[in-house]
Amino acid sequence: MQKKIGYYPGCSLEGSAREYNESVQTLAKAFDVTLEQVPDWNCCGATAAHNLNKVLSFALPARILANAEKAGMENILVPCAACYNRLSMVQHELGKNESLRNEVNAIIEADLKCNLKILNIIQFIQMFISDFVGDKQQLLFNKKVACYYGCLLVRPNDVLGFDRAEDPQMMDEVMKSLGADTIDWPFKTECCGAGLSVSRTDIVGNLSGRIVKEAADRGAEAIIVACPMCHSNLDMRRPAIEKAIGEKIDIPVIYISQAIDMALGKTQKETGINRHFVPVNIELKKKEAEPQVVIEKTEEK
Amino acid sequence: MSAHSENSSLSAKLHQATEVKSAKCYQCGKCSAGCPLSTEMEYPPSVIMRMLQTEDLKNDRKILKSQTIWVCVSCEMCLSRCPMEIDIPKVMDFMRQKSIAEGLSNPKSKNIIRFHKAFLDSIKYTGRLHEISLVADYKMRSMHLTQDVMMVPKMLSRGKLPILPEIIKDKKKVSGFFKKSEHTNF
Repeated sequence: MQKKIGYYPGCSLEGSAREYNESVQTLAKAFDVTLEQVPDWNCCGATAAHNLNKVLSFALPARILANAEKAGMENILVPCAACYNRLSMVQHELGKNESLRNEVNAIIEADLKCNLKILNIIQFIQMFISDFVGDKQQLLFNKKVACYYGCLLVRPNDVLGFDRAEDPQMMDEVMKSLGADTIDWPFKTECCGAGLSVSRTDIVGNLSGRIVKEAADRGAEAIIVACPMCHSNLDMRRPAIEKAIGEKIDIPVIYISQAIDMALGKTQKETGINRHFVPVNIELKKKEAEPQVVIEKTEEK
Repeated sequence: MSAHSENSSLSAKLHQATEVKSAKCYQCGKCSAGCPLSTEMEYPPSVIMRMLQTEDLKNDRKILKSQTIWVCVSCEMCLSRCPMEIDIPKVMDFMRQKSIAEGLSNPKSKNIIRFHKAFLDSIKYTGRLHEISLVADYKMRSMHLTQDVMMVPKMLSRGKLPILPEIIKDKKKVSGFFKKSEHTNF
């Protein structure tokens, strides 16, 4: 059955996080889900807009929502946690505040309904992928992994509310279903330093350093993420991390979509893991056919 | 409260713009305990809340001149753990914009502000963020010309830095938002 969903990749998935886009496309293709891009989408404004300019922080995401609504989309997948957060927050605020919605509508020249279902990558996986992995899985993700959720995927919980705020589980469940052993650790939703990556790399080194070190100390062989900012800070900023913590750690950082692709036996080109700064030297084990349980009846004589 | 509408304290202005009431804070300190950036701040979030409560002009100025409001990365941990559900991230957004509007922004935080401005300018002209333009623009503003140059070849060879920007069809409309934002306030 052909399934279809609206798709908002966002700017980083066209640039520094292009492997995230590639792996999501690979995943969607493998499960016959068509990703239809939001027409003529613009940047959501990210941290810069809500830090400096409240009007833009509403208008930019609102235009994206309006374009998706106009195209008749009901669900949109937003793999970037930062974009997901901005779009969800703006839809929430405009949905409950009519006068603000009218003001924003006037600026963007649209008539927002605010009724889209905005899905993050994990919700997408749960809706379209998880139930169908079954026979498609060729390799067992037989590794100890640390699932790292970051901030913007889970907070604020009363608006996003898709998983627990302090100890989320959904990514862990996905990884366990692929055969991984997920560690319990306290830094699942600690901040990586986010948008300070360029302007205060020292802070990012400290914050991301704590996360990488904790995961490594607990024996994780990979960190699994669902946000391009988390990925770039934990992966591309590894030199700043190593400077901050004073040791070298070579634990790779993998998007959840890449992890599933890897278990499906996809090539490096399809998963995009060859684009990472920290090499992904992970060999997965071939998945054995399920042992057939034969119940033999022993005849009693 | 009528007292709020009559006074011109930062706390009153905050309430007017965001509906956040600083008076709700009972100083439990959970926000500061959870804040990943509190060690970088001269006043952690709970202290900012206390300073607002004093409605003292000197404290108001200290807040607007602080590094606190700029090193805050809006991770939302404070709000998530606040027993009174005080929207501190919204407080920080308000303070940043007020700080710039009043020309009080912290000199040590200039680069953080430069980066945000370069980010918005990149969107203004093309509708989308173009990372090379952003970083080049930031380097010119900050004069950190050699920062991160070692990363460039690595990013290029991995296809992570498209040279040309993606330009949306209706870029005029998006740049129009920037113009409108100059004389709109909500």
